[in-house]
Amino acid sequence: MTNEAPAAAEAATLVKSEDARLQRFSEFWYYFSINKGAVAGLVVFALLVLMAIFAPLLAPHSPDDQFRQSFLTPPAWQDGGSWQFVLGTDAVGRDMLSRLIYGARFSLAIGFVVVITALVSGVILGLLAGYCRGWVDTFIMRVMDIILAFPSLLLALVLVAILGPGLVNAMLAIAFVLQPHFARLTRAAVMAEKNREYVVSAKVAGAGHIRLMFSTILPNCLAPLIVQATLSFSNAILEASALGFLGMGAQPPTPEWGTMLAEAREFILRAWWVVTFPGLAILITVFAINLIGDGLRDALDPKLKRS
Amino acid sequence: MLRYILNKIALIIPTFIGITILAFGFVRILPGDPVLVLAGERGISPERHAELLHQFGFDLPIWQQYWIYLSNIAHGDFGISFTTKTPVLRDFLVRFPATLELAFFAMIFAIILGVGLGILAAVRRGSWFEQLSMGTALVGYSMPIFWWGLLLIILFSGMLHWTPVSGRIDLLYFFKPVTGFMTVDALISGQKGAFRSAVSHLILPTIVLGTIPLAVIARQTRSAMLEVLGEDYVRTARAKGLSPSRVIGIHAFRNALIPVVTTIGLQIGTLMAGAILTESIFSWPGIGKWMIDAISKRDYFTVQGGLLLIALSVMAVNLIVDVLYAVINPRIRVQ
Repeated sequence: MTNEAPAAAEAATLVKSEDARLQRFSEFWYYFSINKGAVAGLVVFALLVLMAIFAPLLAPHSPDDQFRQSFLTPPAWQDGGSWQFVLGTDAVGRDMLSRLIYGARFSLAIGFVVVITALVSGVILGLLAGYCRGWVDTFIMRVMDIILAFPSLLLALVLVAILGPGLVNAMLAIAFVLQPHFARLTRAAVMAEKNREYVVSAKVAGAGHIRLMFSTILPNCLAPLIVQATLSFSNAILEASALGFLGMGAQPPTPEWGTMLAEAREFILRAWWVVTFPGLAILITVFAINLIGDGLRDALDPKLKRS
Repeated sequence: MLRYILNKIALIIPTFIGITILAFGFVRILPGDPVLVLAGERGISPERHAELLHQFGFDLPIWQQYWIYLSNIAHGDFGISFTTKTPVLRDFLVRFPATLELAFFAMIFAIILGVGLGILAAVRRGSWFEQLSMGTALVGYSMPIFWWGLLLIILFSGMLHWTPVSGRIDLLYFFKPVTGFMTVDALISGQKGAFRSAVSHLILPTIVLGTIPLAVIARQTRSAMLEVLGEDYVRTARAKGLSPSRVIGIHAFRNALIPVVTTIGLQIGTLMAGAILTESIFSWPGIGKWMIDAISKRDYFTVQGGLLLIALSVMAVNLIVDVLYAVINPRIRVQ
């Protein structure tokens, strides 16, 4: 009997916080959905994710099958095209459409892996710097400054040259050059939050350093990090395809869009389709994500609301 | 002002040391024996191996190696290219003007169009023009520029034959570089058609390299203008009957300029990264292409020296931008 009252109260607060979360989400969605572009971007992005997941079902051919009778077949609507290969074939007779569909898997995977790696390491470094201050802060932020002093693509290129060309190394290199942005943002947000009353009261209540950093302060710094994560997602896809294009990213015959462009380069004046479609795929993906990013920024940034 | 500049330089020193450590470490953290990596697949005799190790100083303690590296840099010795046997600094200086010229014109293109579009979009808020221009700006911001370059080549060089595909000038023309800017040198040389040729080679690379900065500047100008146009003093200026062009041009734009200048300054690094791709597409003989070639030839001394020199030039440009910024905005100096 005596235990019931606190239990009920606990349940009530749980429901309440659930409600509050729902309400916050619906408020967020209200602001996000005002932005038609952002919603369109979200729809395109969802379609791309579905395409990547169900690639084996959607693709008419295997991405690596070479049809020896049909090198550089133009798209179906052009003279000499056939509906067997809707978007034509490349120089060794592989179906462009199937390669593009499979390519979505690589680009999206690159985006997720890079953002998560950069986010986790950047947030930890930023939290440490902003929370500890002193020499820890100076040291971490100086290292971040050094990384930012190099043009990002150049540093990524050199890192890949050290590690050896390949998709995994390219992802690591890009995560490395993107993480200072997360560290800087987290540090700034932590410094703004650190002396607020709720943090002080948590400290007085006996919360340890780790708890203060990760479960008291961090959740209140999330808004700018989410926006940065979206921007980094599109950046990661662009940089990975640039590395692929320069021959330092995914290696042929991987149907990564940038790598496909590198292979297509010598045919630019003879077969426009092998060049046009992979780049268009990159552009559409990155554009959709950037639209989402703009919408998120408007919805999450209270300063810009209703302006 | 002098104190401000000295302060900025003092802040740069730790970063500079960090950059040298990174560039120094680069050759040392390559997997395997550096001499074997440099020798390539031909193999090398043990005697020659020891000799090379000694020649490059790889047999000394690491701190001593770093000290020698630093003092060499102080003397302007950034290493010797392993493939061409020329000093890296000289290779860099030969190619730097090409990149500078390209970046300069790309920036002019981006600033003029970007600021113009941004102002118009802010002034015509809610119109179809704003929707269209900001939509286009976001497309530009999302552009894989290496693909954009290829598309322009297909259209303007392949189909319309308006512009050449690669290089800085037709091989017909030859003159001694004076300024290193091909357009200026062509004018100085006085050869007929040389200037025209240099300009036609410059157009597509300029557009490609300028696209992303253009998009960023347009978006930033618009939001800075929107913020300023909502201020009280703009309303006052309107209320006292000033012409719209005066209100926008003098009252609003002058104050919107500060974030725009910051954005322009921040684009320098982006421009260098873009130069790598642009130069590689158009075979533009600048430092971007030089670095790509060095990386693919595994010429690690060139990569090491080039990395350091590029980082130093980006740092120098940023310092100049910071100083200019303080000249424009006196509030910065005091802080």
